[in-house]
Amino acid sequence: MRFFRIIGRSIKASLKSIFRNFSLSMASITCTIITLILVSIGILLSYNVNHITKEIENELTIVILLEKNVTTEEIQATEKSLKDIANVDTIKYNSKEEIKNNLAKESETYAKIIESWEEGENPLQDSFVLTVKNVKEINETATTIKNMDHVAVVKYGESMVNELIKIFDMVKNITLVLVAALILVTAFLISNTIKITIFSRRNEIEIMRLVGTSNFVIKLPFLIEGFFIGIMGAIIPVLITIFGYDYAYNHLSTVGLNNLLNVISLVKPTEIVYYVILILFGIGALVGMFGSVRAVKKHLTI
Amino acid sequence: MEFIEFKDCTKIYKNGVTGIANANLKISKGEFVFIIGHTASGKSTLIKLLYREEKPTRGSVCVGGIDVGKLRNNKVYKLRRKLGIVFQDFKLLPKLTVYENVAYPLESYGYKSSEIRPLVLRALEQVGLKDKTRSFPHQLSGGEQQRVCIARAIVNKPKLLICDEPTGNLDPETSKEIIDVINNINQELKTTVVMATHDKEIVNRMKKRVIVIKDGLIDKDIQKGCYKE
Ligand SMILES: Nc1ncnc2c1ncn2[C@@H]1O[C@H](COP(=O)(O)OP(=O)(O)OP(=O)(O)O)[C@@H](O)[C@H]1O
Ligand SMILES: [Mg+2]
Repeated sequence: MRFFRIIGRSIKASLKSIFRNFSLSMASITCTIITLILVSIGILLSYNVNHITKEIENELTIVILLEKNVTTEEIQATEKSLKDIANVDTIKYNSKEEIKNNLAKESETYAKIIESWEEGENPLQDSFVLTVKNVKEINETATTIKNMDHVAVVKYGESMVNELIKIFDMVKNITLVLVAALILVTAFLISNTIKITIFSRRNEIEIMRLVGTSNFVIKLPFLIEGFFIGIMGAIIPVLITIFGYDYAYNHLSTVGLNNLLNVISLVKPTEIVYYVILILFGIGALVGMFGSVRAVKKHLTI
Repeated sequence: MEFIEFKDCTKIYKNGVTGIANANLKISKGEFVFIIGHTASGKSTLIKLLYREEKPTRGSVCVGGIDVGKLRNNKVYKLRRKLGIVFQDFKLLPKLTVYENVAYPLESYGYKSSEIRPLVLRALEQVGLKDKTRSFPHQLSGGEQQRVCIARAIVNKPKLLICDEPTGNLDPETSKEIIDVINNINQELKTTVVMATHDKEIVNRMKKRVIVIKDGLIDKDIQKGCYKE
């Protein structure tokens, strides 16, 4: 009971303080808004980059053409040694008969050519299509395969895709570092603005200490004030995230990227937005509280 | 054990100035003690050691069984809830009314509003300010502000009332009234009073125990003393 009375009184005091020092509170809130918008962009960006990278990676395959005249046993042996390679994820075998049939179905031109072959003649080669677990090691894997028996040709993803992935990786890392730095900067900015409000109230704090108010009770209104500032600062970024991302998703899906590179699509808003909202409120509240406690601490020692 | 006890207590400030040197002093429950001395003699230092505004550099200070010097910073409030402090500059919260100022300590301890009210009214009655509960500090005279400060100091029924020059900012007539208020508290509530002052008239009129401090040392300790020299 006593605890809740103290909390209630602290909430009252903190709201009073926010409105009494309105311009300073606004400065902290604005600062939080800017950071959280950037945090939101950062999270959405790195999340999507991650997503797109994965999609591209899934599209990357190694195609292996076997030598002509390999026997069934040799094919099986090759498949077994392919399975033994650590980086190999899935293996799909296409016999030359299957390829021939598929080609014949695909277009009339192919069908005609294939018809002109003699019965039993098949100049095509048996092949494997592999996907790998780690695209970064696709070079090494391809080299290993090339050196295996019965393997004639190894083809895999163009270097353009590899470059793209490298760039995406960089983008992701840079945004993460920037976001972390921004969060720190905001915490210090909030801490400093609250310090100014506290400075004008240091007499108040001194009196509280002299009449026997515990440090916790002195800190509480400031803690709650920081919490409110953080939450208020998160509202606009949250709205921007909800509507902005929805817009971006629909817009890019219809006109942009999707047609450009048909493997790429953004993460669905429903899959990510709630999660970002939670993070924004969480970061706002934590940064606000951290900033205010840091600011008040100095005044609580003699 | 005595209610208040200084044992070989020395306070040296960070800048090397000695505030109090080797003080040995005992004060019993219910006493009324004046601390006098020239300016910069160490009166405030002695007072501040009592409520742990300063920590002894050597030796110890005990107040009501609490070893004040050993008290951790975040436990200081436990000591301060047991004593009341009256300041020369009143230290009232300017945005709160008289009632709210006196109620403030109890509110911050988490008391119920219904528990707080009678305690506040009793304290305000004790200092003779019952009709000004809704005024703000800036609407009061110096003497009235000091009464509010005293009411706040005694609202939690402390065993010890510490005063550092409570009449320093007041004219002689008002000073007399304030001292009477404090004396009544000492008589009626049996609250121990330790008061630093350099108001000769008051000390001479009251005929209480007087401790004279000179350059940080306890020079004299006289029962029913006067302000001489
Ligand atoms: N916080 C401090 N830091 C450094 N020196 C201090 C501090 N407070 C007091 N002093 C020094 O300690 C000595 C005693 O000071 P104190 O305030 O106890 O004197 P006082 O007797 O209360 O004087 P006054 O009658 O003027 O109030 C002085 O020389 C003073 O300069
Ligand atoms: Mg002094």
